[in-house]
Amino acid sequence: MRRVYMDANATTPLLPEVVEVMRPYWMEHFGNASSIHLDGQQAHAALNRARETMAEFFNCHAAEVVFNSGGTEGDNTALFGLLRPGDHFITTAIEHSAVLQAAEQLAVRGVETTYIAPQPTGLIDPEDIRRALRPQTRLISVMLANNETGVVQPVEEIAEIAHAAGAFFHIDAVQGAGKIPFDVRRFGCHLCSISAHKVYGPKGVGAMFVRRGTPLEPLLVGGSHERRRRAGTENVPGIVGLAKAIELAMQSLEDGTIDRLALLRDQLEAGLLQIPGTGLNGSREDGSAVPRVANTANIYFDQLEGEALVIALDLKGVAVSGGSACHSGATEPSHVLMAMGLNKTRARASLRFSLLKTATEADVDYVLKVVPEAVEHLRALFPEVAGTLG
Amino acid sequence: MTKPETIAVAMSGGVDSSTVAAMLAQTGDAVVGLTLQLWDQTRLAGKHGIHDAPKAGRCCSLDDVYDARRVAEHLGIPYYVVNQQARFERDVVQPFVAEYLAGRTPIPCSLCNNHLKFDQLLQTARSIGASRIATGHYAINDYDPVRARWILKRPADRAKDQTYFLFGLTQDQLARTLFPLGHMTKPEVREVARQSGLALAEKPDSQEICFIPGGDYKQFLTAYLEEQGRQVPETAGELIASDGHVLGHHDGISNFTVGQRKGLGVSSPTPLYVLQIDPASHRVTVGADEELATRTLRARRLNWISIPELTGAMRVQIKIRHRHEPAWATLEAAGADEVVATFDEPQRAVTPGQSAVFYDGDEVVGGGWIF
Repeated sequence: MRRVYMDANATTPLLPEVVEVMRPYWMEHFGNASSIHLDGQQAHAALNRARETMAEFFNCHAAEVVFNSGGTEGDNTALFGLLRPGDHFITTAIEHSAVLQAAEQLAVRGVETTYIAPQPTGLIDPEDIRRALRPQTRLISVMLANNETGVVQPVEEIAEIAHAAGAFFHIDAVQGAGKIPFDVRRFGCHLCSISAHKVYGPKGVGAMFVRRGTPLEPLLVGGSHERRRRAGTENVPGIVGLAKAIELAMQSLEDGTIDRLALLRDQLEAGLLQIPGTGLNGSREDGSAVPRVANTANIYFDQLEGEALVIALDLKGVAVSGGSACHSGATEPSHVLMAMGLNKTRARASLRFSLLKTATEADVDYVLKVVPEAVEHLRALFPEVAGTLG
Repeated sequence: MTKPETIAVAMSGGVDSSTVAAMLAQTGDAVVGLTLQLWDQTRLAGKHGIHDAPKAGRCCSLDDVYDARRVAEHLGIPYYVVNQQARFERDVVQPFVAEYLAGRTPIPCSLCNNHLKFDQLLQTARSIGASRIATGHYAINDYDPVRARWILKRPADRAKDQTYFLFGLTQDQLARTLFPLGHMTKPEVREVARQSGLALAEKPDSQEICFIPGGDYKQFLTAYLEEQGRQVPETAGELIASDGHVLGHHDGISNFTVGQRKGLGVSSPTPLYVLQIDPASHRVTVGADEELATRTLRARRLNWISIPELTGAMRVQIKIRHRHEPAWATLEAAGADEVVATFDEPQRAVTPGQSAVFYDGDEVVGGGWIF
């Protein structure tokens, strides 16, 4: 059966060029980048090249790039590395659980957090952040683009507020990297986290921009890797893969790939919205979209249980997601959509379509053939409105 | 869907349902594994002496989901966990709590089978193009063209008979359900599990109510009500003998179940048992073992399987709890959706809240809830 993968915000496949560039670093150039000998030096050289690519991407100095294990580590490092008992922390209700759960841990240690709710559009109002400021506010953390809705947050305005208040600013850019033009100087942040596997690189690798002079305590201590900002032998093949993926991501933004992706997404979205009882999550009241990344469409299908639709579509060859998986793998309604003010029934009836940048028109056509059939089938089976339970 | 039929297997992570999945996966039909996530075992952790970490290896625990997923991966079949927590709480947990508070002893497994599990599995199955489900229950279902009815029968392995919990199945549910283990014994099932390479072939059977891992109902009740911001209602009252004289006082009727001997709080030269619980007056009547025996039973909320309805008096054997040897009785209608049964021999501890299941030989005639 034909399979169309439309869950790029969960993870992406490696591009062939990425696999290729990683290949020598498993067996031939296997050295430890901290070693004195030539094998070590080879590895170290590869790290440095990767670091320069990342510096170009972030628009920062190579010394401001720290490699790590991915987005969760970056988010955790920002919070645990800066916040101390008595500090106040501002974040949003729509962050990834790597931020939200870290904030809960920090609450036990005496860090108070204010969670800013988004507007119904999915956008964070910077004024809400300004109003939440306190003299003790040490850190503000806001995501660049939301994983569920793709809505791009006004990080530059938030940065100005942070600077005026003397607070540090962290951007979780995991879902924004590779999808919108990137420049940490323009964003105005002190810290910025990205992950390789969301940008067609390998899993378990990521990078963080740490602005010079930011008093960030390391999360992992041990050897003097990464200028003592992150202990642990560097994952050289992974880091080489990350750099290649990022290089290709920068190209995609320039060569029209991402613009083409946005058109495909719009085509998909328009087709899905022709199904009766549907709507776009992350839009204005008049239906017009707010700033979003090019690949994401979050749609509700009234009178449906999103979980059942995800399963039905999967068995018809279409991989999408709805809500967030709880520990057992069952679906919980998305905390992002709930924070935007959707009721539980509509949140449970919502699906996220996130396209790979390699998506084709044939993929979209297939999805637009399968989804309306599945929706009609399910609605006919359960006319009594699924999902009316709490 | 075309050619091979799609069958959804309800997988609990135990040996029985895993073996069903393995057996069906070998037939060439398209098999999809489903687990209903019914209750979050960590939900009441830390409340009222409930352990912070849930016990391992219990039904609908994370370990069981893990086991079910491993089996599906081993067999190479798609597998999904379906979130039914809200409905389980509404249709099973809340009625369970209400029944207990009303002085009855409910059976949540039957509530779940009757009102949630089969209904929901069939719904999910249909939504993925599967017309039938298969479960690991020990029971047999057959279509009888003469009576034009689906019949539910006791399985080959009498020790594993689960028909008592299945009396609420409708004709449509019986028509759409496969019980592949009905003609097998448990040792045979384990042997098939071993031959299929299932790592859990030796996993012990679970006996407990899935959402009360320790089996302490009272603790669960208190913890659940506390979570809901409620308290166990004050139901302290008198402990009386069957002749009416007061023997002492008790702390609340939810501490008792008919037939209970321990924890009565009164001393007596001969053993005393709970005979009756009156939710209105909070009176608990106790007496000797012989007094527990009754000749009649009334049941409501009936479901008929082998017959369309009860038209006259009928000789049946009745099972009044899971481990009860069915006893001969005469069954008669007693108004709409109510029957009265008269046993040939008095039966011990007929307990309101439990179900009474009526058998004609191996066939399940129907059943209802004792009141």
